[in-house]
Amino acid sequence: MKLAIAFLLFIASASAQNLAIQGETVYTMAGPPITNGVLLIEKGKITRVGPASQVTIPNGYETHSAKIVTPGLVDAHSTVGLTGYLNVPTDQDQLERSAAVQPELRAIDAYDPRERLIEWVRSFGVTTMNTGHSPGALVSGQTMVVKTRGNTVEEAVIVPAAMVAASLGNEGLAEKEKSPGTRGKEAAMLRTEFIKAQEYMKPASKKTDAKSRERDLKTETFVRVLKGELPLLVTVNRTRDIMTAIRLAKEFNFNLILDGCAECDMVLDEVKASGYPVIVHPTMERASEETENISFEAAAHLQAAGIPYALQSGFESYVPKTRVILFEAAVAAANGLTFDQALASITINAAKLIGVANRVGSLEPGKDGDIALYDGDPFEYASHCIGVAIEGKMVSTAKQ
Amino acid sequence: MRHLSLALFALTLSRPSFAQNPIAFTGAKIIPIAGPEIDSGVLVIDHDKILAVGPAASTKIPDQATRIDASGKIIMPGLVDSHSHIGAPEGGDSSAPIQPDVRVLDSINVKDAHFAKARAGGITTANVLPGSGHLLSGQTLYLKLRPGKTIEELLIKLPDGRIAGGMKMANGTNSRRPPPFPGTRAKSAALDREEYIRAQEYRDKILAAKGDASKLPPRDLRMEGLVEVLDGKRTVQFHTHRSDDIMTVIRLSQEFHFHVVLHHVSEGWMVADEIAKAKVPVSLIVIDSPGGKEEAKNAALFTGAALDKAGVLFGFHTDDPITDSRLFLRSAALAVRGGLSREKALYGLTMANARIIGLESRIGSLEPGKDADFILLSADPLSTYTHVLETWIEGKKVFDHSDPKDRLYATGGEGASHDQSPVSLEEEDEQVRQ
Repeated sequence: MKLAIAFLLFIASASAQNLAIQGETVYTMAGPPITNGVLLIEKGKITRVGPASQVTIPNGYETHSAKIVTPGLVDAHSTVGLTGYLNVPTDQDQLERSAAVQPELRAIDAYDPRERLIEWVRSFGVTTMNTGHSPGALVSGQTMVVKTRGNTVEEAVIVPAAMVAASLGNEGLAEKEKSPGTRGKEAAMLRTEFIKAQEYMKPASKKTDAKSRERDLKTETFVRVLKGELPLLVTVNRTRDIMTAIRLAKEFNFNLILDGCAECDMVLDEVKASGYPVIVHPTMERASEETENISFEAAAHLQAAGIPYALQSGFESYVPKTRVILFEAAVAAANGLTFDQALASITINAAKLIGVANRVGSLEPGKDGDIALYDGDPFEYASHCIGVAIEGKMVSTAKQ
Repeated sequence: MRHLSLALFALTLSRPSFAQNPIAFTGAKIIPIAGPEIDSGVLVIDHDKILAVGPAASTKIPDQATRIDASGKIIMPGLVDSHSHIGAPEGGDSSAPIQPDVRVLDSINVKDAHFAKARAGGITTANVLPGSGHLLSGQTLYLKLRPGKTIEELLIKLPDGRIAGGMKMANGTNSRRPPPFPGTRAKSAALDREEYIRAQEYRDKILAAKGDASKLPPRDLRMEGLVEVLDGKRTVQFHTHRSDDIMTVIRLSQEFHFHVVLHHVSEGWMVADEIAKAKVPVSLIVIDSPGGKEEAKNAALFTGAALDKAGVLFGFHTDDPITDSRLFLRSAALAVRGGLSREKALYGLTMANARIIGLESRIGSLEPGKDADFILLSADPLSTYTHVLETWIEGKKVFDHSDPKDRLYATGGEGASHDQSPVSLEEEDEQVRQ
C-alpha cells in the first residue's frame, strides 16, 4: 500500500516536472517568435526551446499543444490575494488605516493563496504577480512577488518583500483631521521618515547605544529602501505629485518606481530625464478626479519616449474587483503598442521591472517553466487561454 | 451686430439640412442586424432616415446622392446601451426608499464629457438611469446622444407626446440601508408591494371618476409615476443580481402586471430557464472579474450564452462608469468568448436593446424608414483592434475619429474628461464669417 502511494506520487511528480509544449507560434520574448516551436521543461525549468525540427520530445513527457504559446504572464502590480473578490471588510487586507506610514506591514502576512481571484487571473495566463498593499495611505506597506499557485503563501512566494507601496496626492491623504492632510504635509512626513532612517543607519555612538539597540520595524524598512534593497513604489497621478516623487527620490537616492502615473504624458520629458521606470495604470482604468486625463495611449507614449514601463492590473475598490492584465495589454495593443510591445509589457518587461527576470518573463533554458497557451491571438477578446503551467506543472486547463 | 450674426449662424446651420442630398455609403461590409451581413453593401440615408440598404448590385442609389466611399470599413447600426449613467444623472435623495416622482430629466449635465466618449464608442441611444441605492430611485430617460446644449435636444418623443423613459428599481444589497430604507430582502419586497397597492388604489379612483374632474383624487406625483408603470406606459428597469432576487422581481412583476427588464443579472445563468419562462428580457453587464460586491460573486462570461440557450431576449449594457462606453463593443465580444454566437452578440448591442426600451420601430437595425443612426468601424466589431471611425445620429456625423478634437474623447488624454466647454459667442461669430 505504502509502495503504491509512493509510486503514484512518483508518477505525479514525474508528470509534473517533464512537460513538453508545442505551439504553432511560440513567443519566447527572448528573440523572434518561433513557428512550430517546441518547449521542454524538466524539473520545473525550461531546458529546450526551438523549432520542432530541432527539438524532439522525449518519451514520457506530458505534452500540450496550442496555437499560441507565451511566457506565463507577469502582473507588475496587483493587490489580489490581499483583496478578496467578495469585497467585504473581512476579505480586504490591502489597506490598514490606523496610521499614515506603515512600511513594516508585510504582504506575506496578509496573502490568502486560496482567494478565488488568484485562480481567476491565472486562468487567463497570469503566473507571477507583484502583489501587496494598495494605494490609499502615504505608505501602506510592502508588496511581494508570488506565483499564482500554492495552498500557503510559503508555496506561492518567490520574493517575500519586493517593494514598499506609497501614495502621493489624494491617495496619500489621511482621513479627516489626521495627517497628512495636504500634499505639502505628505512630502514633509516622507522626508522626516527618510531622515530618521538615515540617522538610524549611522554607526551607533556610545551615547546613542542604548537607543539604537531598540529595533524599529518601520525605520528598518525605510533603511532597506535607502540601501536600495526595496524600491519605493509610489502611486501618483497628477503631474505635481509625479514631480514630488522624483524630487524625493533624488534627495534620498532611493529606487523609485512611478505607479499609475495618469498624467505621465504631460511630463514625459521630466519622467524620461529622471531615469525612473513606470508601472503604468491599467489601460482601461476609469477617468475620474485625479485620473481625469488618463489615456488609452499612455503605454504607447511611454514606449515611444523610451521610458521603461510595465502594465498592471492595479487595485480596484469595486466592480470588477480585479482587472486582468491580458485584457489591459490587449487594449494597449489596440491603442498604439505593437503586439510584441504589449506582450512584453506583461511578460519580460514586467519581470525586469519587479526584479524577477532571472526566473520568469521569457521562454529560455534555465528559466522557470511558466507557460500560457492560447487558442488564437491572446489579445483578441474572443480568444481563450486554454492552458497554464507553473514550473512545469499544468495548473489550469480551463477554456477561459 | 452680434444678434445679426447669430441669426445668420442659425440660418447657415439649418439651410444645408433642408437642401441636403441623400448620402450613399458604398463599398463597406454592412451588418444590418435585420438580415444577413452584406460583404459589399450600400447604405443610403436621406436626412434623418435610412432610405435603402442592401448589396451594391441590387441597391439603387439616387442620382443626386452624395457618394461616400467606405471601402474596407464596416457599417452597423448605432449601438444602443440599455443601462448607463453618463451625464451624472441624479435620482431620489436619502429621504425615502421609493421616489417615483423624481426624474433624471431634471438633473443631467449634457456637457459631461461622457456623452462625447459614448459617441466615440459608437453609442447613439442610451437608457440613462439614476443609481441603485433605492428600491425605486426615479424615472430614467432613453436619450439620443445628439450633441446638444440642453437635455431637451437629446430627448426622444413618443407618438403620444410623452418623453421616452423607464422607471428604475433595485433589489438586493444596494438599497439596503438604515431606515427609512429596508434592512432585509423581505422588507424590500414588502415596501415595493405596499407602494404598488397604493398606486392601484389611486388608479382605481381615477378610473371610477370616469373623467369627472370633481371626482378625481388630488394629483399625486409619486402615484402618477407608478400608475404609468401599472398602465404599461413606463417599463421598470430593475437592478438585480442574485438568482433569488431575480425571482423576486419576476414575482413582483407578475403580481402587479408591470413590464420589466432585469438589469445586470450576475446570477442570471442560474435561473435562465425561469427568466425565459416568465418572458422577461434582460439587460446584461459583462465584467472582467467576478465579485467586487457580494451579489456579483457569480458573474461569468458565459451568462450571455446561457441566457441565449434558454431563449431569453437580452442586450448588453455598459453601466458606465462601471464599464467604459468607448469599449461597449468589447462587452459583446467577451460574451462570445463565453460561448455566445456572433449574431446574438451583435443583436445584443443593437436590436435587443432597442426592443428592451420599446424603440425597435425606430432604431436598432439598418432598415429603410428607420432613424439614420449608424457607425463606421475600421474592422470587425468584435475584434480588439477595431476602432469606431464615425458615429452618425439621424443623418448627422456626431463623431469623427480623424478629427483631433473628437479623437481626444476616443483615446483620452489631457482635457478629455472636462465638461465640454460651450463654444464662445466670439467663436460662433468667427464661424459665421467664414
